Amino acid sequence: MRLPEDARQALEAFAQGKGWEQRARLLMQWGERLQPLADAEKTEANRVHGCESLVWLVAEQVEGLWRFKASSDARLLRGLLALLLVRVQGMTSAELAGLDLRGWFTELGLERQLSPSRSNGLHAVLQRMAELASNH
Amino acid sequence: MFQPSPWRADFPAIAALQRQHQTYLDSAATTQKPQPLLDALSHYYGHGAANVHRAQHLPGALATQAFETSRDKVAVWLNAPDSQQIVFTHGATSALNLLAYGLEHRFEAGDEIAVSALEHHANLLPWQQLAHRRNLRLVVLPLDIHGRIDLDQALQLIGPRTRVLAISQLSNVLGTWQPLPALLAHARAQGALTVVDGAQGVVHGRHDVQQLGCDFYVFSSHKLYGPDGVGVLYGRSQALAMLRHWQFGGEMVQLAEYQSASFRPAPLGFEAGTPPIAGVIGLGATLDYLASLDAQAVEAHETSLHHHLLRGLADREGVRVIGAPQAALASFVIDGVHNADIAHMLTEQGIAVRAGHHCAMPLLQGLGLEGAIRVSLGLYSDSDDLQRFFAALDQGLELLR
Repeated sequence: MRLPEDARQALEAFAQGKGWEQRARLLMQWGERLQPLADAEKTEANRVHGCESLVWLVAEQVEGLWRFKASSDARLLRGLLALLLVRVQGMTSAELAGLDLRGWFTELGLERQLSPSRSNGLHAVLQRMAELASNH
Repeated sequence: MFQPSPWRADFPAIAALQRQHQTYLDSAATTQKPQPLLDALSHYYGHGAANVHRAQHLPGALATQAFETSRDKVAVWLNAPDSQQIVFTHGATSALNLLAYGLEHRFEAGDEIAVSALEHHANLLPWQQLAHRRNLRLVVLPLDIHGRIDLDQALQLIGPRTRVLAISQLSNVLGTWQPLPALLAHARAQGALTVVDGAQGVVHGRHDVQQLGCDFYVFSSHKLYGPDGVGVLYGRSQALAMLRHWQFGGEMVQLAEYQSASFRPAPLGFEAGTPPIAGVIGLGATLDYLASLDAQAVEAHETSLHHHLLRGLADREGVRVIGAPQAALASFVIDGVHNADIAHMLTEQGIAVRAGHHCAMPLLQGLGLEGAIRVSLGLYSDSDDLQRFFAALDQGLELLR
C-alpha cells in the first residue's frame, strides 16, 4: 500500500534525525501538529488506560474510513501519537488490522518507545486501535 | 569531589550496565547482586539441586542444611531470638498477604486496622481487602509536611478498636524514616498487633526486631541485594502462634487424610509447596557478604551520596523534592514539565530511574501529583552516577524548555 504523504515526510525527517537529541526535538515538533482535542472529547470513554500520562484517543468511522484524533498531557507522547495518526488516518478496518504498526515505529527508529515495560502509553494506544479494528 | 564506592566491583552487573551505557539509579525497585550470591546460585545448581525437608538422600540433606542455615543467618541479621521465628515467603507482598489472611479470624465487624497514608500498595491492599471481607474500618494515618506519619494525630487514631497497626519503616517514595518506637509502643498498649513493612528500611542500616518491639517484620530479599522470589516474615513467637494456615500443600502438613488434615506450626506450616530453595540459599550468601562489610563505612557512604543527591536537586530551578527525604532516595517533580517527558529524556540518555506512581497511588493523589521521578541509591552507587544523572537532567530540561 502507498504511504500517506504525511507519513512519508515523517519517515524522511526521522531517517535524517541522528542521535537522541534530534529525535526528541523532532518528536516535540510533530507533537505540535496534533489537532487539539475539545474538552468535550476528553471523556473517560476516550481515555486510554495503562499509561502514566493522560492519553485520549477519539475514533470515528466515516463511510468505512477511520478518522482518529489523539492527545496527551505529555509532550513527547504527543509526538509519538502524531506519528501514529499519520500512518493510520483514513484507513479501513481491514487495512488497519493488516498494518504492522510495530514495523512503522521501527522504520522511524522509535521501536524502543513501544516496549510494554515503557509506561509512556503508546503500547496501550496501539492495543486500543487493534481492538477498534477488530470490532468494526 | 569524586566519591567512589569501595564495593562497586563486588557487583559485576554494574560494570555490565555501564558497558551498555546505563546508569542504574533504581535500587529502591530492585538491587544488583554481589558476586558471592552469583557463586552460591551457581554452586547450588551446579552441585546437585534437591528438594528440602522431605528427602532422605544426601543431596536432599545438603539442600535442607543450606536452606536452614540461611534461616539462621536471617535470624542473626534481624537479631530474632530464634530461627524458627523466620518464615520464608515468595516476597514481601506475599508475606503481607499471609498476615492479612492468617490474622483474619481475629477480627470482628467494626474492628479497625490502621495503616499510614504513605504505604506501598503491598502494605495497603491486603489490609484494605481484609477490611472489605470482614466489614472492618481501615484507618489511614495522615502525614506531616515532611512526609512522616503525624504522631499527634496517629496516637489519637490508634485506639482500643485497633486490632492491627501496619506501617512502613522507610517510605519508598519519600525516603523518610517513620516514628516507629512511639507508634509501636502506643499500638501495643492498645492491644493491637504491629506489622512493620521493612522492604526499604532493611536495606539501610541494621535493624533489631527485638529492640523495635514489633510483632511482625517483613522484607523482601531482592531489595537487599539478594535473589528475587524470596521474602522474609519475622514474627514474635506468640504472634506467629495466632496465625491460621492460609496456603496448603507440600511439607506444611503434619497428617493428611482424605477428609481432614493437621498442619505444622511456623515456620514450615507457612511454607506451602516447594519453597524458593536456590533463592533462600542465595540470600544467605548475600547476608554473609553484607555482614563482612564495614557497616559504618557503608552508612557514611550512603549518607554522603544522599546529601549529594539532595544538594544537586536543590540547586536546580523548578525542581520540587517531595517531602524531606532522610535516606536512600529522593522523589521530585519539576514545575511546568511533565514527569513522562523527563522520564523520556533520562531514558534516552541511559539513566535508569523510576517514573510514575511508585506503587503508592493514593499517596501521590493525596499530594496532588500525577507521578514523580525517583532516584534511588545502592551501596555500589557513586558520585559519577549522580553526575551523569544531573548532566542528563540538565540536558533534557534544556531541550524541553
